[in-house]
Amino acid sequence: MNHQTSTTDNWDAVRAACLEILPEHIVAFIEQNQDLEHSEGQLIATLHMVQAHFGFLGRDKMHAVAQLAQVPLAKVTGVATFYHYFRLQPRGKHIINVCLGTACYVKGADKLSQRLMDDLGIQFGETTKDGVFSLDSTRCLGTCGLAPVVMVDDQVYGPVTPGEISIILEKYSRREKSSRL
Amino acid sequence: MPNPVTDFFEALTDRTRTRLAERGDAQKTIIQIGSATCEHAAGSQDVLEEFTKHIQASGRDDVIVHKTGCTGRCSKEPIVGISIPGRPPVKYERVNREIVHKIFTQHIQKGAPLPEHALDNSLDHQYAFEFVFCQGLRCNHLGGLKESFEQLLRQHKIPEDQVRVSTHGCFGTCSEESVGQAAFVLVRPSKVVYRVKDQTDLELILREHIRGGRIVEPLRVTRKPISQDFFDLYADVSFFSAQNRIAMRNSGIVNPESLEEYISLGGFKALATALSKGDPEWVINEVLKARLRGRGGGGFLTGQKWKLATQNEEKTRYIICNGDEGDPGAFMDRGMLESDPFSVMEGMIIGAYAIGACKGFYYIRAEYPLAIKRIQNAIDLCRAAGLLGKSVMGSGWDFDMEIRLGAGAFVCGEETALIRSIEGERGQPKVRPPFPTTRGLWGKPTCINNVETFANITAIINYGGDWFAQVGTEESGGTKVFALAGKVKHTGLVEVPLGTPLRDVVFGIGGGVQDDKALKAIQTGGPAGGFIPASMDTLPVDFGPLAKVGSIMGSGGMIVLSEEDCMVDISKFYLSFTQEESCGKCTPCREGTTRMLEIMERITSGKAVMEDLDKLERLARLCQQTSLCGLGRAAPNPILSSLKHFRDEYTEHIVDKVCRAKKCVALVRYEVSPDLCIGCTVCARNCPTEAISGNRKEVHVIDQNRCVKCGQCYEVCRFDAVERK
Ligand SMILES: Cc1cc2nc3c(=O)[nH]c(=O)nc-3n(C[C@H](O)[C@H](O)[C@H](O)COP(=O)(O)O)c2cc1C
Ligand code: SF4
Ligand code: SF4
Ligand code: FES
Ligand code: FES
Repeated sequence: MNHQTSTTDNWDAVRAACLEILPEHIVAFIEQNQDLEHSEGQLIATLHMVQAHFGFLGRDKMHAVAQLAQVPLAKVTGVATFYHYFRLQPRGKHIINVCLGTACYVKGADKLSQRLMDDLGIQFGETTKDGVFSLDSTRCLGTCGLAPVVMVDDQVYGPVTPGEISIILEKYSRREKSSRL
Repeated sequence: MPNPVTDFFEALTDRTRTRLAERGDAQKTIIQIGSATCEHAAGSQDVLEEFTKHIQASGRDDVIVHKTGCTGRCSKEPIVGISIPGRPPVKYERVNREIVHKIFTQHIQKGAPLPEHALDNSLDHQYAFEFVFCQGLRCNHLGGLKESFEQLLRQHKIPEDQVRVSTHGCFGTCSEESVGQAAFVLVRPSKVVYRVKDQTDLELILREHIRGGRIVEPLRVTRKPISQDFFDLYADVSFFSAQNRIAMRNSGIVNPESLEEYISLGGFKALATALSKGDPEWVINEVLKARLRGRGGGGFLTGQKWKLATQNEEKTRYIICNGDEGDPGAFMDRGMLESDPFSVMEGMIIGAYAIGACKGFYYIRAEYPLAIKRIQNAIDLCRAAGLLGKSVMGSGWDFDMEIRLGAGAFVCGEETALIRSIEGERGQPKVRPPFPTTRGLWGKPTCINNVETFANITAIINYGGDWFAQVGTEESGGTKVFALAGKVKHTGLVEVPLGTPLRDVVFGIGGGVQDDKALKAIQTGGPAGGFIPASMDTLPVDFGPLAKVGSIMGSGGMIVLSEEDCMVDISKFYLSFTQEESCGKCTPCREGTTRMLEIMERITSGKAVMEDLDKLERLARLCQQTSLCGLGRAAPNPILSSLKHFRDEYTEHIVDKVCRAKKCVALVRYEVSPDLCIGCTVCARNCPTEAISGNRKEVHVIDQNRCVKCGQCYEVCRFDAVERK
């Protein structure tokens, strides 16, 4: 931790501010990496952890990561925007991912996408008004044998017909409703 | 001379044997359930839960569940295998909770298998014995043994439904034989391999084994065929027996989370051999002899790459396993990482030893959470067992590894971009040379190899480089795994010797085109590859021949396209992929793909003129010749190859404004046929834009100005009254 104090003289305050934003295990992960050789190589792993925790990478979170890891914020945002996997906006409770890989495409993924956009009333990259669903696309989930596939959170469905979309959505919205009661 | 590595290995296998013997699984009924991403998606976790419940309820402690990886038979998942001691194993397809109940109560409890659920109807023919004759180069040289055996069976009036005779590619038991000395025969389900020389041997087998039920010990060999364990379970299913499993020899039979099981199937013997010899050069020479070419797409000779890395003065070296699998539509690497992580790991440790690396990295895409989990588990177990870390297997050589995650950028599969990504940077490629073998990760010599490349290494060490070489072609040794998908009957992972005709893969193993439509083309190599028209389907799969017709071998994606697919549309699809994935570093790729995509959009929407085709071709060549990395250089391949083989489809779109496959929305029109419409109103109720008008029991009409061509009406009309033109 030696080189951190040498760059900032109010390190304790900085650290405390970061702890308000990031959970403890992520702070610990970053700090423990600082002592390793090539610690800068762990930036992507850190961002994965932040996204897994919050569902997206917000500006304040990236700022905290930059501070703790002692790298420029520009580098953190540069990396975060380069990789498609990282999201910069908050998302809905359930993430729907339509596979737009080749196998799914030739088996009619475009029809599934259309149906999802119609049923949810949103475009790719958007979230429904009630915050329940976000619609995303992905390039191949590696389950091409079941094409076309749709993934909701971690559950893969396939082969899916446009007609089955409403049944799948129903399952999740019902769960939402009952949890709100 | 005592060797610490050999001692270590013996102690390890002894320990494993004792522990497995304590489990006493040999006397138990085993329920084998696949557990991989695709199996889970198909519902295998429900199946597992249901079996567990049934076992508990029945109180039987001689029935156990065995979790394995995935065999690669995607369209029939979840697959369940039932092995009752002393009986041939039975496999079931598309099992659900209901079928579990039937299997448990009837097959497991009462010993009556259920033919109606058997995988590929494999129970329709149950043989007491199956004799599998090796058709490999060396065995086959003896010639005619299989035919003589069949004749012998007829002479002795052995009923045809009792004994089956079949063939298979090289077993790998021949590495110490010279050509034409003997041939090998595998007997299922007896798990015996015979070395046969002549008619007398065959007669002996008939008398003793078939008639007497005794194993002919003098003819028996203990050398194990390369995929025997796989074969024992699956040889009666033609989808599998037509394959030659080397890289995937354990996929679907081993528990991917158990180091012990991997060791019991011969695991870490190859590493022990390599380390005990104490000669990295020997390893490199075997791999060179094997003519193993990288399976990640480039096809560079692996032995050559390793050699280059060792020629560097710098002693801090790295090895990387490329598990980014960017081709959208390919899943070979996921299959191997999830189903047999230890094989990939062992191959990688051997590679590390060969090049003298101190540290290894798995670069795995974040979209593969299960693969990540299983590799992490494998690393942890190996470290605990002394197979990683300080003094690997007691050899005195230190080596360790860790996982780094990708984050959804296709270009990071390219080796220099991948290195930048591990360094924590934006994954933009660098100019080569210097190649990573000279200056790679953190400026040190680095070898990057694909998952499947590593999965082949143990087989090369165990069975010999010469043996591996003769499985493939003159040009490249071994097999290749393909992810067969698209409009094919049996989708899944298929491993065949290099040089196998495409036809044999698509029709022989894949069962042909879905719904018996006509084959239009086969796409290999993903977004960097091209199309092989149906007329060329006898082409052998190998790096050279595929490149010659304008495609590439690529990493193993194989998409079957039928008459219902539009070549212009699919080419546009690939281009939109590469356009989106271009890292933007160099202009020909960034701008070139964008401009080409605009032209493709014009063509598919009927707004293009013939000059656009020339422009497209010019741009494609420019992008191909002047881009910095493989992404940009290969991005035009789908366009150029479809222009080469399917130019008439382009002209139809441009001149006649027709898409014969009816895929390009702008060129399709929906109309209601007055003769067929009975006025049921279903189409009107389903149209999202209220473009259809008409009263009940009257002919309906589509307002073309409001129609968005979604095709709903076409799908829902039960009287085929909506026509697509
Ligand atoms: C754009 C691009 C994407 C690539 N994607 C992959 C990939 O996903 N997996 C892979 O193994 N190789 C990929 N490669 C090839 C690698 O750069 C490299 O050649 C390969 O990993 C070397 O391993 P091999 O010699 O064992 O094939 C890609 C290359 C390019 C240009
Ligand atoms: S060819 Fe494309 S992907 Fe490759 S460096 Fe240039 S812009 Fe990036
Ligand atoms: S194709 Fe779609 S939009 Fe057009 S008439 Fe039919 S249902 Fe309506
Ligand atoms: S293309 Fe959709 S899962 Fe592979
Ligand atoms: S040729 Fe028969 S075992 Fe190899």
